[in-house]
Amino acid sequence: MKINNSIQQLRDLSFQVRKDVIRSLAEAGSGHLGGSLGLADIFTVLYFNILNHDPQRPDWKDRDRLILSIGHVAPVLYASLARAGYFPIEELQTLRKLGSRLQGHPGKDHGLPGLELSAGSLGQGLSVAVGTAISGKIDNKTWRVYSIHGDGELQEGSIWEAAMSAAHYKLDNLVSLVDRNNVQIDGNTKDVMNLEPLADKWKSFGWHVLNCDGHDLKDIILAYEQARKIKEKPTVILAKTHMGKGVRSIEDNHTWHGKAPSVKQADKFIKELEQNG
Amino acid sequence: MELVMKAFSIREYKDTRSGFGEALLELGRENKNVVALCADLTGSLKMDKFAMEFPDRFYQAGIAEANMISVAAGLTIGGKIPFTGTFANFSTGRVYDQIRQSVAYSQKNVKICASHAGLTLGEDGASHQILEDIGLMKILPNMTVINPCDFNQTKAATFAIAEYYGPVYLRFGRPKMPNFMPDDVPFEIGKAITLKEGSDVSIFATGHLVWKAVEAGMKLAEQGIDAEVINIHTIKPLDEEVILKSVFKTGCAVTAEEHEINGGLGDSIAQLLVRKLPAPVEMIAVLDKFGESGNPGELMIKYGLDTPNIVDAALKTIKRK
Repeated sequence: MKINNSIQQLRDLSFQVRKDVIRSLAEAGSGHLGGSLGLADIFTVLYFNILNHDPQRPDWKDRDRLILSIGHVAPVLYASLARAGYFPIEELQTLRKLGSRLQGHPGKDHGLPGLELSAGSLGQGLSVAVGTAISGKIDNKTWRVYSIHGDGELQEGSIWEAAMSAAHYKLDNLVSLVDRNNVQIDGNTKDVMNLEPLADKWKSFGWHVLNCDGHDLKDIILAYEQARKIKEKPTVILAKTHMGKGVRSIEDNHTWHGKAPSVKQADKFIKELEQNG
Repeated sequence: MELVMKAFSIREYKDTRSGFGEALLELGRENKNVVALCADLTGSLKMDKFAMEFPDRFYQAGIAEANMISVAAGLTIGGKIPFTGTFANFSTGRVYDQIRQSVAYSQKNVKICASHAGLTLGEDGASHQILEDIGLMKILPNMTVINPCDFNQTKAATFAIAEYYGPVYLRFGRPKMPNFMPDDVPFEIGKAITLKEGSDVSIFATGHLVWKAVEAGMKLAEQGIDAEVINIHTIKPLDEEVILKSVFKTGCAVTAEEHEINGGLGDSIAQLLVRKLPAPVEMIAVLDKFGESGNPGELMIKYGLDTPNIVDAALKTIKRK
């Protein structure tokens, strides 16, 4: 299933996904709002325009695989999966509750359809994406692998082990996206542990590097379409994003990395979303 | 008794890692979904023949074990059955978090195959002689832990784990040891093998210590003591039925392993007995120490993992009945 949604349809969906994220986090009373909102446009593009998948057959062998490496943005993954039809939208309100399939960080052994991997401990998803891409290459499959990473996550050494191996094995069926919001728990990435020159790092590891505005739906689509044309090497998209995007009062404020809104705040945030929309 | 008699008729010395290598090669021929990964130790792990025959299904990971384990997890997402190979130290402690999250918690069908485990690695010393790996792996939910005793059993175990769906830790070693398990004994994950029946004491051994336990059983027989010797090749899931039946009959137990006393076979069996059938237990294991350089035989003597230690432990536990 691949839908060619219009930009307006995608805009409506990303608005919906953001609302779902805010509501489910308010209901949960804890969780990571900032990054989840910051990735809403990218997830919307992936699930409603880029990925070749079938929510009715989550284990379909020829599906594109999405590997989420940063488990803490689970709310945006769950909202996208629900909106795509993997499970009922009402289930989003069970986030982080006892017995829920929607664990605080995605857990593969809780039976959630559409989830490929448990995540939460950082720096592992790129390696998993590499392995998945290799398995596709072994069988000459045309399905592709998409992985999502945080910028702070790139401080984990295992990311660079994985980056080295992806280039070594010429994995042109792998596209990784870095959520470049310049913020991590303890502050700005440049102060906590500087990542620059980031594009040069990836280039020197043998990757094709693309940049995009992670909130411009057309630009995100364009980046993924360009990545498809790159042969013999993996592609990384450095997506410039804003933590908390859509809710002006919290945008780029790193204190909203790991916080959930109260129900009252959620109402206010959704109003802000509507005004911005 | 029959198994022991058969065992004594075989006087062949082979390394367990070669049992793994032979089986892996055959698996490669039988099942195109079997893939192998190695972190720059292809010869040591005996994966070289697989790598030569199936270059398209062998992935050199370089000296990057964390990446190797998670790559293996990814390979399962495309339907492959990955076997990873490196030393036991780098297969467990170094990559614990990758195994925990990307393999065990993600329920991925990864086979973590680890050589050079324990003191019998010898001269390289403590940095490489991991004695905590069984503990690290057995505490992980969803994980199966297997420690075969010789070449034939390692080969049989390698075939068995390919058939089983789920994460497995398979531990084996470097030195040439007696290859005594008949090659027609079926390997069933979680099913212990009674090598000698007896009524006075149960000796539960795993890995390289199984042979020592067989020898101890014979020595005890010379003293008129009828020991039951059981090969616990699967530490998790533990064959509770066979263990409880045996201790119900004998009333006491000895455990023997090339591992720390904390976290190994001994404490799995002690935990079982405390819960279901309290009985005296003596444990042959490394007593909360790191290893050191030396030849394997000398080390097993120095660290108290030799046949006479098992005999003494049996006498001691019998007295405590």
